[in-house]
Amino acid sequence: MINYTEKIPNNVDLGRDRVLQRALEHWQPAFLGWWYDMGPTESRNYDVYLRTAISVEPDGWAQFDYVKMPEYRWGIFLQPHDEKRQVNFGTHKGQPAWQEVPGEYRSTLRRIIVTQGDTEPASVEQQKMLGLSCPSLYDLRNIFQVNVEEGRHLWAMVYLLHRYFGRDGREEAEALLARRSGDTDNPRILGAFNEPTPDWLAFYMFTFFTDRDGKFQLCALAESGFDPLSRTCRFMLTEEAHHMFVGETGVSRIIQRTCEVMKENNVEDPSDVRALGVIDLQTIQKYLNFHYSVTLDLYGSDVSSNAANYFTSGLKGRFRETKIEDDHLLTDSHYPVSEVVGGKIVTKEVPALTALNERLRDDYIDEIADGVSRWQRVIDQAGVSFRLTLPHKGFHRAIGNFAGHFISPEGEVLTEEAWKKHEFEWLPSSKDYEFVQSLMIGRVAEPGKFANWIAPPLRGINSKPLNFEYVRFD
Amino acid sequence: MDVAVTQEVKTKPAPVDYQTEPSRYKHWRVSFEGPVATLTMDVAEEGGIRPGYKLKLNSYDLGVDIELHDALQRIRFEHPEIRTVVFASAKNRIFCSGANIYMLGLSTHAWKVNFCKFTNETRNGIEDASRNSGLKFLAACNGTTAGGGYELALACDEIILIDDRSSAVSLPELPLLGVLPGTGGLTRLTDKRKVRKDLADMFCTNQDGVRGQRAKDWRLVDDIVKPQQFTEHVKQRALRLAEFSDRPAGTKGVALTPLKKATDDAGLHYEYVDVQLNRVARTATITVSAPESASEQTLERALAAGANWWPLQMARELDDAILSLRTNELEIGLWIIKTAGSPDAVLAMDQFILSHRDNWFVREVLGMMRRTFARLEVTSRSMYALAESGSCFAGSLLELALAADRMYMRDTEEGGNRATLTLSEMNFGPLPMVNHLSRLAARFYEDTAQIEALRGLIGQKLSARQAMEAGLVTAAPDDLDWDDEIRQAMESRAAQSPDALTGLEANLRFSAGETPETRIFGRLSAWQNWIFIRPNAVGPNGALKVYGTGAPVKFNWEKV
Repeated sequence: MINYTEKIPNNVDLGRDRVLQRALEHWQPAFLGWWYDMGPTESRNYDVYLRTAISVEPDGWAQFDYVKMPEYRWGIFLQPHDEKRQVNFGTHKGQPAWQEVPGEYRSTLRRIIVTQGDTEPASVEQQKMLGLSCPSLYDLRNIFQVNVEEGRHLWAMVYLLHRYFGRDGREEAEALLARRSGDTDNPRILGAFNEPTPDWLAFYMFTFFTDRDGKFQLCALAESGFDPLSRTCRFMLTEEAHHMFVGETGVSRIIQRTCEVMKENNVEDPSDVRALGVIDLQTIQKYLNFHYSVTLDLYGSDVSSNAANYFTSGLKGRFRETKIEDDHLLTDSHYPVSEVVGGKIVTKEVPALTALNERLRDDYIDEIADGVSRWQRVIDQAGVSFRLTLPHKGFHRAIGNFAGHFISPEGEVLTEEAWKKHEFEWLPSSKDYEFVQSLMIGRVAEPGKFANWIAPPLRGINSKPLNFEYVRFD
Repeated sequence: MDVAVTQEVKTKPAPVDYQTEPSRYKHWRVSFEGPVATLTMDVAEEGGIRPGYKLKLNSYDLGVDIELHDALQRIRFEHPEIRTVVFASAKNRIFCSGANIYMLGLSTHAWKVNFCKFTNETRNGIEDASRNSGLKFLAACNGTTAGGGYELALACDEIILIDDRSSAVSLPELPLLGVLPGTGGLTRLTDKRKVRKDLADMFCTNQDGVRGQRAKDWRLVDDIVKPQQFTEHVKQRALRLAEFSDRPAGTKGVALTPLKKATDDAGLHYEYVDVQLNRVARTATITVSAPESASEQTLERALAAGANWWPLQMARELDDAILSLRTNELEIGLWIIKTAGSPDAVLAMDQFILSHRDNWFVREVLGMMRRTFARLEVTSRSMYALAESGSCFAGSLLELALAADRMYMRDTEEGGNRATLTLSEMNFGPLPMVNHLSRLAARFYEDTAQIEALRGLIGQKLSARQAMEAGLVTAAPDDLDWDDEIRQAMESRAAQSPDALTGLEANLRFSAGETPETRIFGRLSAWQNWIFIRPNAVGPNGALKVYGTGAPVKFNWEKV
C-alpha cells in the first residue's frame, strides 16, 4: 500500500479517493518501470537540483532541492476550483462548467486527453540520450527538469483518465506508457513526437518550437467547459513556461557564442565558422526551418470538422478564448485559410468554426516570430550581418492544405524536382547533423564550465551561481 | 409537418390507456356459443380515440384495436372452452375497410408508426394463439374486405368470402393511398398464403381487389360461399376447426381483473412493475419484481390466484407499461431495465411453469410472458439492463436483460449481496423472440456448442466475472467505477440520434434468419415508415393527404 499524500503531492484529496488510489496502485509502479526504461540514460543515482511542485500556492509550486530523479515526487495538481466558472463558448455557453464528464462527450474528451498525454512521455523518450553530451551541469540540470516535468504532465493527464474515464481510462493510461517514440510498430500518436532529438541544438529547438505548441494546446484546453481538464491545464502552463525558457535561451546562447567566435576571428564563411568549433548560423537556420515546419503540422488540418465539433461542444476553446470579444459561438464569422490552386498560394475565407486549427496555428506563429526576433537581436548586437527568418507557413508541411505541395521557405510553389534540388540548403542534411554531433562528444561535467559551442547563461537557477554543482554524479 | 402536429402542441391529448373491458367496448360485440366465440366488428363512427375523423364503414383506429386486443386476451384466459374464434361484421356487405384513412392523414409520423406496430403485434398474437394455444381463427368476410380488413383476415387460419358477385378482398393501399399494406398484409400474401408474386403484384396494384372464384384460385381466400349458405357454412367450419383443439371443455376461466395501476408525474406504478420517468435525462427505469416467495406451487393455487398469479400479473403489468411508454412517452428514449427480489423464487416459478405446460392456464400464462417479452425487441427505444446488488436476473426475468441492447453488471467484491445472474430452462426456448429463436440462440448465432456450454450453467448463481466470461453481460464495472460508467453510458446514448439508434437496434436485435414476423417488423414496416415520411404520401399533394378531398395527387416521379 502506498502512502499517497506522502509520496504523491496533490490537491485532489488522493488520500480519500479510492478510485484514484486503485488506479494508481497499478499505474505508479508501471510509470517507474517506464522511467527506468525510457527516462534519461544512466541518471538513476544522480542528485539533481530540481524544483518540485508540492502545492499550487505561490510558495509551493517551485521547491528546490537535490533529488534522485526516480524519487522525484510527481504530483497531481489542479488550479483551485472556481465555483462560478462557466462553459464559455459553444452551444453550452453560460451553463455551469462541467465537474463530471458529460456522457455525450466521453469518447471525444478521452481522445483529446490521450493525444495531449501521449506527447509528454514522448519527449522524454526523444531526449533520453542527451544527458551524455551535455554542454554544462547547468544545462544537464535543465534537461532533467524538463524531463521530470514532462513526466508530471503525463501524471496530470493520467489523473484525468483515471479519475473520470473508468476502465477505458485506466487502459488508455497503460497505453501511454506502452507506446514508444519512433518505434515503427508502436509509435507515439503525433508525427513530431516520433522524430529523433539527436543533439542539443535539436533539443533547444524542440523546447522552443514544439513545447510551445504544447503551450498553445494547453491554453486551448484550459478554456474547456470540462472543468477538471481546464484546471489541470492551467497548472501545467505554469511549468511549461520554464521549458520554453530553456529552449529560447539555449538557442540564443548558441547564437551568441557563434557570433562571438565569428567576430573574434573575423570569419563569416560557414566552413570557417565550423572549423572554430561552433555552429554556423546557416545550420541554425536549417534547424529552425525543420522544427518550425514539423511543429506547424501538429495543429492539424487547416479546415477541420473535429476542431469545429470540439469548439461547438465546449471542449476546446481558442487561445485566450475569454479575452476575445465576440459571441464565442462563431456561427456567422469567417477566417482566412491558404491553399494551393493552380500553382499559386491563394487565401480564401472559410467559416471560422472550421478554421480553428488554423487560427491557433496563426496565434502560435505570432509568438514564435517574437522569439525569433529576440534571437535576431543577439546577432545584430554582435555586429554580424545575418538574418534569421521564419520560413513560409507552407514550407515542408505534411498535414493540411500545403501537404503534398513543394513550397520554398520564401513561399514559392515549386515542382518536386526543383524543391528537392534545394532541400538541404533549407533543412539539415545528415552531414549537418554529423557536424553538430561532432561538437557534442562527451559531457562537460565540471561546475561552471561550458562547452565551446555555447555561451554561459546570464544567471543560474534559483539565484545559485553558475559554478553551482547542479548535478552530482554519485 | 402536418396538422396533427400543430394540434398536439396546442392541447396535449390525454394519454392512451390500453386497459379496457367488454362493458366499455364501443366497436366490438363478443358472443359465445359452445366452442366458438364470435367477435363481431361494429365500429362506432363517432368513437375515434382522437378527434377529427369518423370511423365509417367498419374502418378502425388504435381504439378499435385496443378493444380487439383485450377481447382476444379474454378469450384466451376467461374462456378456456373456446376453440375457434370467428371474426364477423355487423355492417351490411362490409366486413372491414381497414385502417381509417382520415385518421392516418391527420396523424403524426410517430402515431402512425406506433399504431401499425401495435396492430401488427395483435395480428401476430392471433397467429401465436393458433400455433400455441389451440385456438383457431376464421374470417367470415360477409362483404367488402379491404386493406387492413383483409390483413386481419390474413392473420386468421381460414378466410371465407361471401360470393355475391360484388364483395371482394383487396389491398388498395398502394393505388389509392400511395402507401403499403403494412400491417403484415404484403408479407402474409407471400409467406403464409403463398400467392404467386406476379399475382400478388396484380392484386396489390388494383384498388378494386379480387372476388369470387378468382379470389379462391389466387389463394387469396380459402372458400367462397353464396349468401344463402354463408352463415351456416361459417358455423360448420368453425365447429370443424374446433375439433382439432386441445382446449379443455367445461373448465372455468380466469378473470382478467383490472390492473392495479397508479400513474403520476414520477411514472407508472403497478404491484410487480414500477416505471420511474426522468424527463430531463429522457430515461425510464423499469423495475420488475420477483414473486414474494418461492412457496410450493400447485395448479390449484395458481388457478385460485388467477390474474394475481405472479407470472400473469407481472406480464400483464409489464405489457401495459411497455404499451403506455411507447405511445405516451415518445421522448423517453432509453429504458433502464432492472429487477428485484429473490432469484430462487423466480427459478422455482420457472420450473413449475415448465413442468405444467400442458395445463391450459399455465400454457396461456407462458404465452402471455412470451408475447410481452417479445414486444421489447420490436420497441423503438434503447434498452440497458442493470444488474446490481438485490437484482433478480434469473430464468424468465433474465430474458429482460437478454432482450436489452446492453447489460451492465456490477462487479462487487465477495459478499452476500453481490449481483448474480442465473440461467434456467426458460432461457433455452420457451420464451422465443418474434424470430422464433430463444434470445440466447440469437445472441450466440445458434452456435450449439456455446449454447450447450451455457446449459451446463443452469441454476448456478453467476458472479459478474463468470457472467462476463459466459458472454451474458456487456460490461462489469466494479463498485468504484459503476456510478460514473453508468451515468456516462446513459448520457451518451441519450445524446445520439433517436432515428439512427432505432435503425441500429432493429438491425442488431435480429441477427441472421428471417420469419414472417421479422419480415413484417423489419422489411415491411421499415419500408412503410420510409414511405410514410415521403412527400408522395404525406406532402401537401401526397396521396394520403389528399385522399377524400377531391384534389389531385401529385407525385414526384423520381424513383428512389
